[in-house]
Amino acid sequence: MADVKKVIEMIHKIAEDIEEQKLYLTELDNVIGDGDHGINMARGFKAVLEVEPTFEGKDIGAILKTTGMKLVSTVGGSAGPLYGTAFMKAGALMNGKTEADINDFIGIMDAAIGGVQLRGKAVAGEKTMLDAMMPARDAIKAAVEAGDDAKTALAKGLKAAEDGVEYTKTIIATKGRASYLGERSLGHQDPGATSFTLMMKDVAELA
Amino acid sequence: MKKIINAVDQVENQMIDGLVKAYPQYLKKHTEGNVVLRAEKKVGKVALISGGGSGHEPAHAGFVGKGMLDAAVPGAVFTSPAVDQVYAGLQAADGGAGVLMIIKNYTGDVMNFEMAAEMARDMDGIDVKQVVVNDDVAVKDSLYTVGRRGVAGTIFVHKIAGALAETGASLDEVQAVAQKVIDNVRTMGMAIKPCTIPAAGVPGFEIADDEMEIGIGIHGEPGVEKKPLESADEIVDTLMEKILADIDFAGSEVAVMINGCGGTPLMELFIVNNHVADVLADKGIKVYKTMVGNYMSSLEMEGFSITLLKLDDQLKELLDAEAETPAWVAK
Repeated sequence: MADVKKVIEMIHKIAEDIEEQKLYLTELDNVIGDGDHGINMARGFKAVLEVEPTFEGKDIGAILKTTGMKLVSTVGGSAGPLYGTAFMKAGALMNGKTEADINDFIGIMDAAIGGVQLRGKAVAGEKTMLDAMMPARDAIKAAVEAGDDAKTALAKGLKAAEDGVEYTKTIIATKGRASYLGERSLGHQDPGATSFTLMMKDVAELA
Repeated sequence: MKKIINAVDQVENQMIDGLVKAYPQYLKKHTEGNVVLRAEKKVGKVALISGGGSGHEPAHAGFVGKGMLDAAVPGAVFTSPAVDQVYAGLQAADGGAGVLMIIKNYTGDVMNFEMAAEMARDMDGIDVKQVVVNDDVAVKDSLYTVGRRGVAGTIFVHKIAGALAETGASLDEVQAVAQKVIDNVRTMGMAIKPCTIPAAGVPGFEIADDEMEIGIGIHGEPGVEKKPLESADEIVDTLMEKILADIDFAGSEVAVMINGCGGTPLMELFIVNNHVADVLADKGIKVYKTMVGNYMSSLEMEGFSITLLKLDDQLKELLDAEAETPAWVAK
């Protein structure tokens, strides 16, 4: 699915896309949060791009860990600790590895979801990034078990993440700043679920 | 967007540098980033650290100094400071007697401060405790939210806990008095015009010329409801009703803070206070001290909040204690 070079390419593409979509993500956050999600994520991934030259010669674990640490130290807000912990946990799992197959990616998703839950204490259905991450992971797992190849499984994962974003429009937020809105959060998609789906798209396309 | 700035990615740095240059007698900047410290560190005293997004000036860096905070960590505009920044602040603030973190109740703030505290405990052996301020009665505190937001009442926590720390009290005692303030302070705000985060370039929310948002948050988050604009007295009645219903203020003495959101003229804040004082007098609640001004602002947002702090003898004494900071001086 991906070697070190490919992983670097994916992170690079994610950073570019987050920068490109930062105003869109911020607009989504304006409606139900405090309007900084895109700006914060873009600042974090810009910092990741600055250390990209140091990725050379490192294993996948070290690259993911460095990415996570950069996000934690530069993003701030809640997205910093959440995405940062997700990448760091995934990095710990991939320690020493220079190749990742689809089963490794399922492991990465498990670790990332575990990290987000550890920090954010959220479960499925609370209108958070988990509502895109968990369905994506589950869809990929099911596809692999059904005998799909990596590319197909990731495409199904992306579809599930996109459906997850749509699903967040139909539920009331009970975590994060949108929770104060109660029913007024209905009809609006979660910015965190949206930014995760951007990342998932890059992984699915480049793998 | 029309703002007096140089570059959107420099607003935080340049604001902090300008603040420190204005008050060198109280403040200095950490050598490694956006942490504001007391000009002269006091060793052997419990240290207080607070922070949050920038854009709330003078909070929090304007309250660093004798009798209040030892360190403030301002993040990007309306964004919690990142873990490294809080950690640097904890290390620099600790004078050997431990550090109390005063956190406003937002998911991001709590996560970043808690992760930094874990690092300071594990790697530096610093005794770190925390309180979380949640004084905003506008939003529901229920199983279905992450709890009430921390807003202008935080300044009273800085003042009173800071005054106790100055007497040489222990970390547990300082934490306890900070919690006592939190238990007795309530705030609610409103706005008539939004604000624009420089890096976003567009206002955080929209509001028609003849409308207002009741219960707005200090980041321009939507509040309880949008409704047609009313008179100052009617607005005060609405806010006071919710605040007074939340805890029993009957027969007590209170400190009042009429906090401007940044874009509201003092004239209007005094008009607000005029009626707040009358409402309190009507209810038999005695005003011990009133503060009117911008303490916890929201960039150029037009609006205000009312904070009431229920006092006892200990809180009164600490509220009056000496303080030397850019935004709160008491002799």
